[in-house]
Amino acid sequence: MYKILKAEKLADKIFLMDVEAPRIAAHCEPGQFIISKLGEKGERIPLTICDYDREKGTITIVFQEVGASTYKMARLKAGDSFTDFTGPLGRPSDFVQEDMNTLRGKKIIFVAGGVGAAPVYPQVKWMKEHGIDVDVIIGSKTKDMLILTDMMEAVTKNLFICTDDGSYGFSGMVTACLQDLVDKGNKYDLCIAIGPMIMMKFMCLLTKKLAIPTVVSMNPVMVDGTGMCGACRLSVGGETKFACVDGPEFDGHLVDFDLAMKRQQQYKTEEGRAFLRAQEGDSHHGGCGYCGGDK
Amino acid sequence: MNNTSKVPVREQDPKVRATNFEEVCLGYNQEEAMEEAARCLHCKNAKCISGCPVSINIPDFIEELKNGNLKESYKILSSSTALPAVCGRVCPQETQCEGKCIRGIKGEAVSIGKLERFVADWARENGIKPEKPTIHNNRKVAVIGSGPSGLTCAGDLAKMGYDVTIFEALHESGGVLIYGIPEFRLPKQKVVAKEVENVMSLGVKIENNVVIGKSMTIDMLLGEEGFEAVYVGSGAGLPKFMGIPGENANGVFSANEYLTRSNLMKAFKDDYDTPIIAGKKVAVVGGGNVAMDAARTALRLGAEVHIVYRRSEEELPARREEVHHAKEEGIDFQLLTNPKAILINDNGWVKGMTCVKMQLGEPDASGRRRPVEIPGSEFDIEVDTVIMSLGTSPNPLISSTTEGLEVNKWKCIIADEENGKTTKTGVYAGGDAVTGAATVILAMGAGKAAAKGIDEYLSNK
Repeated sequence: MYKILKAEKLADKIFLMDVEAPRIAAHCEPGQFIISKLGEKGERIPLTICDYDREKGTITIVFQEVGASTYKMARLKAGDSFTDFTGPLGRPSDFVQEDMNTLRGKKIIFVAGGVGAAPVYPQVKWMKEHGIDVDVIIGSKTKDMLILTDMMEAVTKNLFICTDDGSYGFSGMVTACLQDLVDKGNKYDLCIAIGPMIMMKFMCLLTKKLAIPTVVSMNPVMVDGTGMCGACRLSVGGETKFACVDGPEFDGHLVDFDLAMKRQQQYKTEEGRAFLRAQEGDSHHGGCGYCGGDK
Repeated sequence: MNNTSKVPVREQDPKVRATNFEEVCLGYNQEEAMEEAARCLHCKNAKCISGCPVSINIPDFIEELKNGNLKESYKILSSSTALPAVCGRVCPQETQCEGKCIRGIKGEAVSIGKLERFVADWARENGIKPEKPTIHNNRKVAVIGSGPSGLTCAGDLAKMGYDVTIFEALHESGGVLIYGIPEFRLPKQKVVAKEVENVMSLGVKIENNVVIGKSMTIDMLLGEEGFEAVYVGSGAGLPKFMGIPGENANGVFSANEYLTRSNLMKAFKDDYDTPIIAGKKVAVVGGGNVAMDAARTALRLGAEVHIVYRRSEEELPARREEVHHAKEEGIDFQLLTNPKAILINDNGWVKGMTCVKMQLGEPDASGRRRPVEIPGSEFDIEVDTVIMSLGTSPNPLISSTTEGLEVNKWKCIIADEENGKTTKTGVYAGGDAVTGAATVILAMGAGKAAAKGIDEYLSNK
C-alpha cells in the first residue's frame, strides 16, 4: 500500500496528492510518469509526476476528475492509501541527458495548459536547479481553474499567465499568449508544451509556423505502462510508437494529433458507464434506467 | 479396458462454455486418474522424461498415483516442477512428454498432462504444500519477473537455501499466467494464486510494482541492494503489428491488450473498472495459442469470431487442443488468408478488413511452406474489431539500462542454454526474454537451468 500524506483540492475537480513511494522518488526524473491503482477492482491510471522529494521518498501527483477511477481517487484523504503505485515509467525529458553548455545556450519556453501545469512544474524546477532561466506560460479557461501558479513563480522569473475568458492575466489562449511574446520580440529555440491534446495540437501548428522546435507530452490510454499492451500507440513521423516506452515526450511537429484524439475517444462509452456505476454505487442498474444498460 | 485410447476427460459442453469464463476442461476424478495411470507401462528407459523440459520423473509419479499414494506422487512432481497445476493445464504435451510415450506408437499416449493436473489439484485441495527447504545460506539472489520462468528459478534457488526476492512490474504475480492465459484455460484464484503461494511458502519474497530498468537497474540490485546474482525472466515484450493501413484505428487491439484487459484487469466482470470493447464481429489475426485465447475470449464476451491465418491448418502453431476447443465453440477459421488493410468509417472506427487469399509455396527458413499471395484474390470482410496476435518483440527496458548485457540481432538477451549465463557477470536470463515468445514450460526449463547455473557460480565465488 502507498500512503497518501497530503491531499488537496487545487481547483474544481483538480486535486493534488503527496504519495509515499520511496523507490520511485529515489530515481525519477522530469518527464516520467507513474501508474496508480485503487482497490482490487480499480483501473491502472497513468499520471505524470508533478514533483518528487528524494529524501522524504514522496511523489506528488495532480489529477483531474474525469471518469469513474479519478472520481474515486478524488475522494481519498491524507492517511488513505493507493493499492498500487508503479514507476517511474517512460523516458525522462531529453534535456536531462543533454550537454549542459548546449542547454544553457538555448532560450526555452514552457507552455502549460490546464492540468498540464503539473508535468511542466518539475521540468521548470529542474531548469532552475541547473541555473537555467526559462519562460513559462500557464493557461486555463478561467481564473478559478488556474493551478500551481505560486509553485511555478518560485522556480521562474518569467511567468506569463493567461485565461481564455480574460478573467486573469493575458486574455486569450496559450497560443495567443505565445504569439504575443514572439510579436514583442522574444525569440525561442525550444518550446515544451503540455496540456490537453487539442491545446498541444494547436500549439504545434503555431510553433511550426514560428519555426520553434516543440516537445509535447502525450497521455493516451494505457494499461500496463511497460510496453506490453500497445494500447498507447501513436503515429509519430509516420511510425508507430508506444507512448509508455518510447515517450511520453515526442517531437510535437511529428505527432499525428487527430489520430491520437480519435484513439482517446475509444473507451468513452465504457468509461461513462463505469462513472455512473461509481457515482450511483449499488443503486446503479445501468444507463438511464430504461434500457437496462445495454445501450 | 481399451488400452489403446486415453480415459476421456470431462469438459464443459461447448455451447454452455462459449458463454462463460469457467474452466473448459474439468479434469479427471480419482477413479479416472487411477484408471489412466494404469495405462503407463513404467518403461525402464522412459522417453517421456527426456521430452519434459523440467525432467519430471513421470513414470514414478504415475506409479504412485496408480497405487493411490497421492501424497507420494505429489512429492515426486513438486521436486521437479514449481507449477504442476499450471503445467498440467497449459503444456503442449503432445509434442513433449506424451509425444515420446511408447503407448503413442499403437494408439494414444498416456494422458500425462491430465494426470499431472489431477495430482496437483488433489494436493492443493488437501492443503499439501511443497516441502520447505531445511538449509539457509543467507545469500541474496534477485529474480526479475514472477512469470513461469522466474517462479521456477526462484523456487529452485530457495530449495537450495538461497534468500530470493522476485521483483514484479505488475500489481499481481504470475506474469503471463495472470495477464495472458485466460481464466477458462487456467483459473487465476483457484490455480495460479495458489501456485504462487506455494513458491512463496518456500521462503521466496515477491515485491510487486517494481519495474526493473525503471524503478531500479540491475546494477543497483547487484550494488546497493546487495544481491549476489540476478535472474532475468522478464518475459516477451512489445506486441507486433503488421504495418498495414488502418492499423491504429479505433477497434484494432493487440492480443496482449485485449487479454490483459480481460485477464489481469478482469474487464470481463461487470464490477471491475477497466473497460473492454467486446466487439460484435471480431477478426483475430494469427494462429498461435495467444490468437486462440483472444478469439475464445471475444467469443465469450458475445462476439462472432473469425480467425484469419495466412498458412493452412497444418501449420497453425497453437496446441491442437486449443484449435479443437475453438472450433467446437463455434469460431470460424479463415485459413490461407492474410489482411492487406483495415477499413475505417468516418469516425475512425474499424468497419472491415481487406484480405487476400494465400497459397503455400517453397519451405522457408522455419521449414514451413511459405505462404504467397494469390494475385487478384482480394476480398473484404465486415468486422468491427480486429485483434492482432502476431507475436512480440523484446522489451528494451532491461537491455537498454544494463551495461554489458548483450542482445542478439532480434534484441533478445544472449544467454547460455545450459546454465542461463549472460555476457554480464552474475546476471542470468531465460524464458521469452531470451528465446522470444515460446511456451510456459520452456520458460520453466530455462529457469531451472539458470537456478543450477547461479548455484554453481555462487558456490565457486
